[in-house]
Amino acid sequence: MNRHLISAGDLSKDDALLILDTAEELARVSERSIKKLPTLRGRTVVNLFFEDSTRTRISFEAAAKRLSADVINFSAKGSSVSKGESLKDTALTLEAMGADAVVIRHGSSGAPHRLATWVRGSVVNAGDGTHEHPTQALLDAFSMRRRLGGLDGRRITIVGDVLHSRVARSNVLLLATLGADVTLVAPPTLLPVSVGSWPCEVSYDLDAVLPKSDAVMMLRVQKERMNAAYFPSEREYSRRYGLDRDRFAKMPDEAIVMHPGPMNRGMEIAAEVADSPRSTIVEQVANGVTIRMAVLYLLLGGETVA
Amino acid sequence: MSESRAVLEGPDIHRALTRIAHEILERTKGAGEVVLLGIPTRGATLARRLGDRIEQFEGVKIPVGSIDITMYRDDLRLKPARPLGRTELPPDGIDGKTVVLVDDVLYSGRTVRAALDALNDLGRPTSVQLATLVDRGHRELPIRADYVGKNLPTAKSEKVKVYLEETDGREAVLLIKEGAK
Repeated sequence: MNRHLISAGDLSKDDALLILDTAEELARVSERSIKKLPTLRGRTVVNLFFEDSTRTRISFEAAAKRLSADVINFSAKGSSVSKGESLKDTALTLEAMGADAVVIRHGSSGAPHRLATWVRGSVVNAGDGTHEHPTQALLDAFSMRRRLGGLDGRRITIVGDVLHSRVARSNVLLLATLGADVTLVAPPTLLPVSVGSWPCEVSYDLDAVLPKSDAVMMLRVQKERMNAAYFPSEREYSRRYGLDRDRFAKMPDEAIVMHPGPMNRGMEIAAEVADSPRSTIVEQVANGVTIRMAVLYLLLGGETVA
Repeated sequence: MSESRAVLEGPDIHRALTRIAHEILERTKGAGEVVLLGIPTRGATLARRLGDRIEQFEGVKIPVGSIDITMYRDDLRLKPARPLGRTELPPDGIDGKTVVLVDDVLYSGRTVRAALDALNDLGRPTSVQLATLVDRGHRELPIRADYVGKNLPTAKSEKVKVYLEETDGREAVLLIKEGAK
């Protein structure tokens, strides 16, 4: 394993499987009455969040605390960042406080990569701009593996706003490493130009792909990042790319539905599909804590990698 | 070259486990409240074998589980992060039971200390005992075994390696004198 976790593409198949297997054992800890392990006692994890987040920040905090690490939460609002402090100076401040790991979420793609050159501790990317969100991809892979039994040769369909989605990119990279066949489905305006070089198929026709999918992952339409007209209306988007009851019925009986959250119910996913027993949406949140414990343990638990 | 010598062969291991099973039955007066917890990987295998023998001898089925101690080790920082083993408690848990920890080799005692810490997070047994296939000495902590398959005098420079059918496809305990590797 590398010292940092910046991109899902940096993980070899062995690394990825080690994280998933470690999470599998740690999942048992969440079932016992004392959910705490002493492993990271005396280590400090800083959550550095420049963008809003509920589940990811709480999930990292819970993961670090369950491993007995000290957690410092930093959000840009109400910090010196609003006084104009740069990322580098913020990083050096954290460094001086002795952070062993920095979990960073930033609106700019590449911020974690830059940060990794300034701090001595491990950097974990918790989402950077429209680039990557590797722990989300890991928890998705973990959820799929638990439901589907394995990922090798499984057909995974990722639907929606791929252009603005860091989750999609990380998932494509990780799932390809793990041997799954990934198909992206989106309107042409919501696919990045570079998608031709990604290790996956691309389709514009959701109805044709659904019957051949073992898992369907719906992405959130990221209104906050939409600075142009990517589709004519929400209603039209929902008709062509939303997962409603009729489309859900076209999926194989064992196929599962996923969503990284937060959901726009009624937009990309119908409420009754989101709440069906074949939806893993709530499981994904619980698995998020487990997978982040595994990542923190593997990055910080052993000797410090030079 | 390192030179290795078998100190226990398959039949010796079987006899030692049979004796330990009898001792556990004797000391715990029929193993009524006993839970066997093996320390992965080979301790877990040995715990299952002891459980099977006790069932053969007295017809009582005693709960067998495993307890992974990786997250409780005191030497985690000395090596890259290790993969985790399985912790599997019997459905009735360990509260109020006599837990017998089972490991393959007892050496510094640090593994057992970690296991005691792990147990503390899992429940409150009435008492804890320790069974080991090989006791090779050189304790660094005040810990001793209640049931020992074989006391094996060793030098610190030597290594003891246990092979079991289930995990290694053979049965033997080897004493390896380390020369150049």
